[in-house]
Amino acid sequence: MSFALDILTIAAVSAGAFFFLAGTVGLLRFPDTLTRLHALTKADNLGLGLVVLGLLPQAGSVRHGLKLVGIWLLVLLAGATVSQLIARAARQGGPAR
Amino acid sequence: MTVATILEMVLGAVVLGLGAWTIAARETFAATVGYVAYGLLVPLIWVRLDAVDVALTEAAIGGGLGGVLLLGAAARLRASEPAAAAETPGKIVRLGAAGASVMVAAALSAAVLLLPDPAPTLAPAAIANASATGLANPVTNVLMAFRAMDTMLEKVVLLLAIVGVWSLASDQAWGGRPGPRHQADPHGVFAFLARLLPPVGIVVGIYMFWTGADHPGGAFQGGSMLAAMWLLVIMAGLTDTPPASGRWLRLVLIAGPGVFLAVGLGGVCFGLAFLAYPPTNAKPLILGIEVAMVLTIAVTLGLLVAGAPERSPQR
Repeated sequence: MSFALDILTIAAVSAGAFFFLAGTVGLLRFPDTLTRLHALTKADNLGLGLVVLGLLPQAGSVRHGLKLVGIWLLVLLAGATVSQLIARAARQGGPAR
Repeated sequence: MTVATILEMVLGAVVLGLGAWTIAARETFAATVGYVAYGLLVPLIWVRLDAVDVALTEAAIGGGLGGVLLLGAAARLRASEPAAAAETPGKIVRLGAAGASVMVAAALSAAVLLLPDPAPTLAPAAIANASATGLANPVTNVLMAFRAMDTMLEKVVLLLAIVGVWSLASDQAWGGRPGPRHQADPHGVFAFLARLLPPVGIVVGIYMFWTGADHPGGAFQGGSMLAAMWLLVIMAGLTDTPPASGRWLRLVLIAGPGVFLAVGLGGVCFGLAFLAYPPTNAKPLILGIEVAMVLTIAVTLGLLVAGAPERSPQR
């Protein structure tokens, strides 16, 4: 059982790391602010979500697991809000670069 | 070489690189962003050194509130930036500044490298005497009991800092509300965040303060969390900054150092020493000081970011 959980952890955290890598590549390579934001929020939402999912079997207690999920939800909220605000500022600031 | 060592080396290299980039960056805004990223990575180093209390403070102050303060300063300086950039200092001044910086860095590295091995430490003594206060977190013990004088003076410094910021106000705005009145769409996404996050943030802030007795955390970390929530509500335009002349505001500002000083003098009155707690009541007294401190820290940090009074108290 614990072996299966370890495999799940490795798979999920690796997938999360891949999303962070893809998000970073997108941040560096995409042509304008809005598409770069799109790449960045993918890394935050999916990447961190997968990392948290992978860490849940290792959390030890339900309380620690809930804290991890809470961190992910807070990052989701902050990331969604901040990307909206940046997108609005970019649109008002003239043609997106 | 273990994975952890590689991680630490990469972390150290990235932090040093970010530090160098922050100094080299020409634009004030870019340098500020670099500094914020630096302030968010340094806590990871503190965590690797098992100094979680320091990491929390560094993340809250260095990365969070310090970053907001510098961003505000960068926004104010934007108008005068081209003029300032045009005044390039002469070669001799720049060489002199570089030489002075190298000497400071060399002296600091020498101080660290010349430490005897093992370094002198009072950590075992602090842990051995932990039972004297009833608190399990040795950092809180040092801050609130063994070196309480330093913490009390630190709160006085916070008070002096806010007096310094307020003294920048013009005569018309003296005693008025700090900063501009923020406007945001009341149905927009920012106002939504400012309504949704504070209940969570206030609970987390109080938890960080409360758990500081036994685990990493404490009044400063909790207070900066509460300050961040207050600033969020102010910046979303849901509330306004209080007038600097308000009696309640000033009472909260002096509550932390005031209660600390009162308890300290109480120690003298009851035949102990200044800032000595009677052993039976040490924990309630420390908790009382910390409750006053967390309020003072939250309000002081919030007002430091809000800035000098700009509008007369009537408006």
